[in-house]
Amino acid sequence: MRKLMMAAAIALPMFGTAAIAQETVKIAYIDPLSGGGASIGEIGLKTFQFLAEELNAKGGVLGKKVEIVAFDNKTNPQESLIQAQKAIDQGIRILTQGNGSSVAGALSDFVTKYNERNPGKEVLYFNYAAVDPVLTNDKCSFWHFRWDANSDIKMEALTNYMKTATAIKNVYLINQDYSFGHSVRTAAKSMLGAKRPDIKIVGDELHPLLKITDFAPYIAKIKASGADTVVTGNWGQDFALLLKAAADAGLKVSWYTYYAGGTGGPTAVKQANLNHQVFQVGEGIANLDNKPSQEFEKALRAKYDFSLFYPRAVNQMRMLAAAADKAKSIDPVKVALALEGMEFDVFNGGKGNMRKDDHQFFQPIYISSLGDRTEKEPFDEEKTGWGWKLVAKIDSAQTMLPTTCKMERPK
Amino acid sequence: MLELIVMSTLNGVLYGMLLFLMASGLTVIFSMLGVLNFAHASFYMLGAFFGFQISRWFGFWPALLIAPLLAGALGAAVERFGLRRVHKNGHVAELLFTFGLAFAIEEVVQIIWGKSPVDFRVPSVLDFPAFTIFSTNYPAYKMFMLLVSIVIFAALLITLKKTRIGLIVQAALTHPHMVGHLGHNVGRIFMLVFGVGTALAAVAGVIAGPALVTQANMAGLLGPILFVVVVVGGLGSLPGAFAASLLIGLVQTFAVSMNGSLSGAFGPLSPDYAATWLADIWNVTIAQIAPIMPYLLLVLILIFRPMGLLGTRDT
Repeated sequence: MRKLMMAAAIALPMFGTAAIAQETVKIAYIDPLSGGGASIGEIGLKTFQFLAEELNAKGGVLGKKVEIVAFDNKTNPQESLIQAQKAIDQGIRILTQGNGSSVAGALSDFVTKYNERNPGKEVLYFNYAAVDPVLTNDKCSFWHFRWDANSDIKMEALTNYMKTATAIKNVYLINQDYSFGHSVRTAAKSMLGAKRPDIKIVGDELHPLLKITDFAPYIAKIKASGADTVVTGNWGQDFALLLKAAADAGLKVSWYTYYAGGTGGPTAVKQANLNHQVFQVGEGIANLDNKPSQEFEKALRAKYDFSLFYPRAVNQMRMLAAAADKAKSIDPVKVALALEGMEFDVFNGGKGNMRKDDHQFFQPIYISSLGDRTEKEPFDEEKTGWGWKLVAKIDSAQTMLPTTCKMERPK
Repeated sequence: MLELIVMSTLNGVLYGMLLFLMASGLTVIFSMLGVLNFAHASFYMLGAFFGFQISRWFGFWPALLIAPLLAGALGAAVERFGLRRVHKNGHVAELLFTFGLAFAIEEVVQIIWGKSPVDFRVPSVLDFPAFTIFSTNYPAYKMFMLLVSIVIFAALLITLKKTRIGLIVQAALTHPHMVGHLGHNVGRIFMLVFGVGTALAAVAGVIAGPALVTQANMAGLLGPILFVVVVVGGLGSLPGAFAASLLIGLVQTFAVSMNGSLSGAFGPLSPDYAATWLADIWNVTIAQIAPIMPYLLLVLILIFRPMGLLGTRDT
């Protein structure tokens, strides 16, 4: 009798959770919520929660409520795998992660192997920000989908713009010392070399990822090199602190960046008084002339004290809903097949396309600069009064780079 | 080139002085109590967070005074009620105690202030460029940090060398039993030294907080380097800790500014090896390995001069 009661005591709650699990679609958000990456990890989490609420307000995914479950990976690949396993053990079938290509590489590998070993219990990995090209080339996986333009696509766009800026003579590269930083510097060197052979690369720096708290020594070096332009893929605290040190030292150069809009970035840019001298390449900005995205921006800012840094996350969540509708199922394999080749009206306007060959999403790419606003730019950033101004738009078709991916699909 | 040397020297000296503020307490505590306090950098972090919170309420200047006092009192309490009890069970127990304490403090800080960086700003009176050399501004706040460090260093030196308390502390460093037999309360001296040591670390925290980043992992980022300073300088030697702090500050800052690599010295690697692990080693610059330079120094010192630069004891 006692045994029976104990068994019931254990089993009953389990039935309970199983019943609830069917009512919700859980997405594991695996990103830094402590350490150097926490400032942007937390904003990412709130963005996804906001997007989940948006979907739930419209009835959820196939009538099921969407829930974001947060896991802190400390920007550490090892820790990420532990957290991913934890998420899977809780019955979560969709993982999302963005900060750090080193993490993304490990996760993609992990998910692929897990799915091989556990047929029928497949897990999907949605990558919203890790942009190392290798993830959709040599190391591509059927279970991995990337909504952010990869690093080479961004550099292609950035250098196409830099080609026309004749003031650029001496370029300094400073990047984080890991796979993504390496791909930025390699692409910058080869693309600038091809498009503007007259430009001199006067410095090529790699520094430890999210470990540096004072960039003054690096700024002194940039200054001494005589550079007039800096190209950097730095993100999170590594960008904000770099610009803070530049502001302190009074370094006046142009900055071509991937992630100047991240937490603390605009504040540091304003502090350095670099009016329209800091450029960013990305899939969208708040000040695009597009009504739905501006409405969304207003709603987000009304709720939180930050602006939308991840238009790609919006596309990701909305496409998940669309794919589930199309597949009439939330089974990961069916959702994945529905996502392949899917055309989608992206958040900032225009058409996007999830390429079947490598699961890379292609979308219009924008280059913008931060500084004084006119009436065309209603939104500022981090209460600095400065906002992003559109400088150039590159259509999806012109961002299509070839891939070396040989996708292995489930049979 | 001259510009880079001057700027790197300034930055290096500043970083070195910050290290010294912390290492001085650590090294004195070690030589007296014979315990490597793993939680020392945690008091640096506590100083920064106390400083942040108090400057929110009363402004930066009161914070600069109150935060170290608070952290020092906490440090003294840790010695009195924690370490002294654990002491009976030997050095390993003490070591493990401070080790656990470091984690506990980090967790508490995370619970109270969260995991992401807090917005600890440079006070507006010091938020201007102090001077401009080679068209580079040097922030006034950094000059202030330098000044505070130098003042504390001088005060510490005078206290230790010229006052009666200093004499007793110095004596207790080497002959604690003798000092006890002479009628001094060695336990209280230990508590005092522990309190002052942790308060010094907290001063470093308050002044470094706004310039660097105040977040829950800041102890973890600086902790290991402190031990390098203490070992390189010589365990228990204050002048040694001073020399080692400056040395490490300068080494790390200058290493960042250097671009030399094996390929620079011996020419590019033959293309046959381009895809092997050798290519990585060949092309890595001194700037890239700057963060591990102090640890390299630690290993070399332990091999060739185990007592440290100015140490006398071979521990």
